[in-house]
Amino acid sequence: MRHTISVLVENKFGVLARISGLFSGRGFNIESLSVAPTLDLTTSRMTIITRGDDAIIEQVTKQLNKLIDVIKVIDFSDEDFIERGIVLVKVNSEPNNRAEILRMTEIFRGKVVDVSTKTYTIEVTGAEAKVSAFVEMIKPLGIIEIARSGKIAMSRGKKTLG
Amino acid sequence: MEYTGAEIFVKSLLKQGADLIFGYPGGVVLPIYDELFKTPKLRHILVRHEQGAVHMADGFARANGKPGVALVTSGPGATNTVTGIATANMDSIPIVVFTGQVPTGLIGNDAFQEADIIGITRPCVKHSYLVRDVKDLASTIAEAFYIATTGRPGPVVVDLPKDVLLAKTKFEYPETVELRSYRPTTSANKRQIDKLAAALEEAKRPVLYVGGGMILTNAAAELKKLAHTIQAPVTMTLMGLGSFPSLDDLCLGMLGMHGTYRANMAVTHTDLIVALGARFDDRVTGKLDEFAPNAKVAHVDVDPTAISKNVPTHIPVVGDLKDAMKKLNAVIAESKVDWKTKHKPWLAQIDEWKHANKLEYVKKTNVIKPQFVVEEIDRVTGGDAIFTTEVGQNQMWAAQYLTLKRPRTFLTSGGLGTMGYGFPAAIGAQAAFPDKVVIDIAGDGSIQMNIQELGTAVQQRLPVIVVILNNGFLGMVRQWQQLFHGNRYAYTCMESQPDFVKLAEAYGALGIRATKPEEVGPALEKAIAARRPTIIDFVVDREENVYPMVPAGSPLNKMLLA
Ligand SMILES: Cc1ncc(C[n+]2csc(CCOP(=O)(O)OP(=O)(O)O)c2C)c(N)n1
Ligand SMILES: [Mg+2]
Repeated sequence: MRHTISVLVENKFGVLARISGLFSGRGFNIESLSVAPTLDLTTSRMTIITRGDDAIIEQVTKQLNKLIDVIKVIDFSDEDFIERGIVLVKVNSEPNNRAEILRMTEIFRGKVVDVSTKTYTIEVTGAEAKVSAFVEMIKPLGIIEIARSGKIAMSRGKKTLG
Repeated sequence: MEYTGAEIFVKSLLKQGADLIFGYPGGVVLPIYDELFKTPKLRHILVRHEQGAVHMADGFARANGKPGVALVTSGPGATNTVTGIATANMDSIPIVVFTGQVPTGLIGNDAFQEADIIGITRPCVKHSYLVRDVKDLASTIAEAFYIATTGRPGPVVVDLPKDVLLAKTKFEYPETVELRSYRPTTSANKRQIDKLAAALEEAKRPVLYVGGGMILTNAAAELKKLAHTIQAPVTMTLMGLGSFPSLDDLCLGMLGMHGTYRANMAVTHTDLIVALGARFDDRVTGKLDEFAPNAKVAHVDVDPTAISKNVPTHIPVVGDLKDAMKKLNAVIAESKVDWKTKHKPWLAQIDEWKHANKLEYVKKTNVIKPQFVVEEIDRVTGGDAIFTTEVGQNQMWAAQYLTLKRPRTFLTSGGLGTMGYGFPAAIGAQAAFPDKVVIDIAGDGSIQMNIQELGTAVQQRLPVIVVILNNGFLGMVRQWQQLFHGNRYAYTCMESQPDFVKLAEAYGALGIRATKPEEVGPALEKAIAARRPTIIDFVVDREENVYPMVPAGSPLNKMLLA
């Protein structure tokens, strides 16, 4: 099963290497990873998407917790949470497909963030399924380049990570 | 007043109560060596190879429970420590390894003798630090020792750039260390302890399965109390040996690949296996699906990742083992169970197994059997010595035939299986206990991996005795070739061997050779009486095998017995 795990870490030298090394060294799968400092600049928050059966995910979270620089780990799979990702898509804009590109962008509540004579660049944010659906819809129109972020996640309601 | 980083290093170690360093100098750590020159209180043992320094620090730590310290220079000095660090990591041994580093401004420039030792050792340390500012030095050293010695212990690397050693600041050593991201669970949950006690009350065929954690937490007395009170048999892993007396009636000996018949049978038939500071290593469990097939599993460990990693656990207890043992003993003391009666049939069954297949070998009068050498070591020392081993057949015979009485008397590389560990570890143990008899039970292959440390032993007058069970083979590998590869002895025979007696003499040590069984005892007595570094070359039966043996991937009850 696919799991979304958020990790609060000390914002120290080499901490990212420790986390990614843990995944590669123990053969855990890592689908995406995003990192940025939190409000408190001494900590960073990572969101990791990984896959595995219950026993593996139990090991993943325990092993993460065991790293000295890890402050807290949350596996969101058992709870209701908000997830967001972002994609930038550069598409060929021909006179005959411009309207379709704009229509798709509107349906997905995206934004055109850059325009040239031959290209449109569109930004879409949202849950992963939405971002993926947008990419699928726009594909036939001719994607030139795509940049997609790792996912970030947060619990609903009062609960927090840090 | 302001001090240089090098001065702060020395002051911090003294504050920490670490008064012995195993080290090897080089360019970037010269400022530290200059301070050591002025600080005789902080003793330094000059090794011959940095791997030796780390194994010595490790042997020192295993023998006396205090963290070991190694100090090396940057680049090759640092990379030479890797095997030692990985060895300590696998066996959860508290050591702190200080490596020199090129000045911070040159890091990443492929500077002379630069190596990214933090990167290289990342997967095999408990934690590591690159100190970039002299202001962080004292607190980093305090954290390093704290992390190395608490929770599940392990090696910590501290990388020290040369400019940090030269820069100046005030010296303030933290009295205590608090880390928001590291708070090992030390107190065992009482409800889980109650569950474990209840399971013991119910079980008909319990086994206490004890690992290195019992030694690390100094809980042998609590183990004895528990086992005797509940009349439960105790089996130990290689790392657990010494935590329960070999000659106790309840002792099953070691389990696993080269475990005793009765230990492996007991584990196969138990209905409750209580893992105490052990981690269900594959050399212990054999084929995992058939390991303890009828058993409920209880597991006490300070490291949550060890629990349910290999074997699903019914009763997990996270916490310091000694704390857990004390609490368990307290609960058991209230129990109304008549343990002796309850376990009588089980202990009778075990006794039957004990007599069915004992540890045995064919005694000969014309050739020395390696097992006989270990038995003689046991007899001559009365078990009153610290033993280390190398890796291979020598290690397994030592594990099988020594009768250990106390923890911290059997030091061996269990997790990594590092040939070349035993001799430097013995030097480290001897440095911790100069008056004890320290014996490295070695193979002819392994001893050549760190033989250079003879120079260290002689220089320091550390009377370590190396007993080589010289079979002229990389014996354990040869055994596998014989049993599983159609007798094809590919590259396991060292046709050219040094004359170990002359080699010892060349280093200024004592060299003894024995080729006949009747020479074994006298050779050992002579070595022990000499009180100087000694190598005894026992020329043993070349193709002797270690039995019992559970072939890799087989269940524990499918042992080859001869
Ligand atoms: C550093 C290292 N290299 C290789 C091995 C693989 N290995 C395990 S046992 C063994 C043979 C050891 O030979 P020796 O020291 O003579 O001991 P014996 O088995 O003959 O008692 C080897 C090569 C190892 N454990 N460690
Ligand atoms: Mg050999």
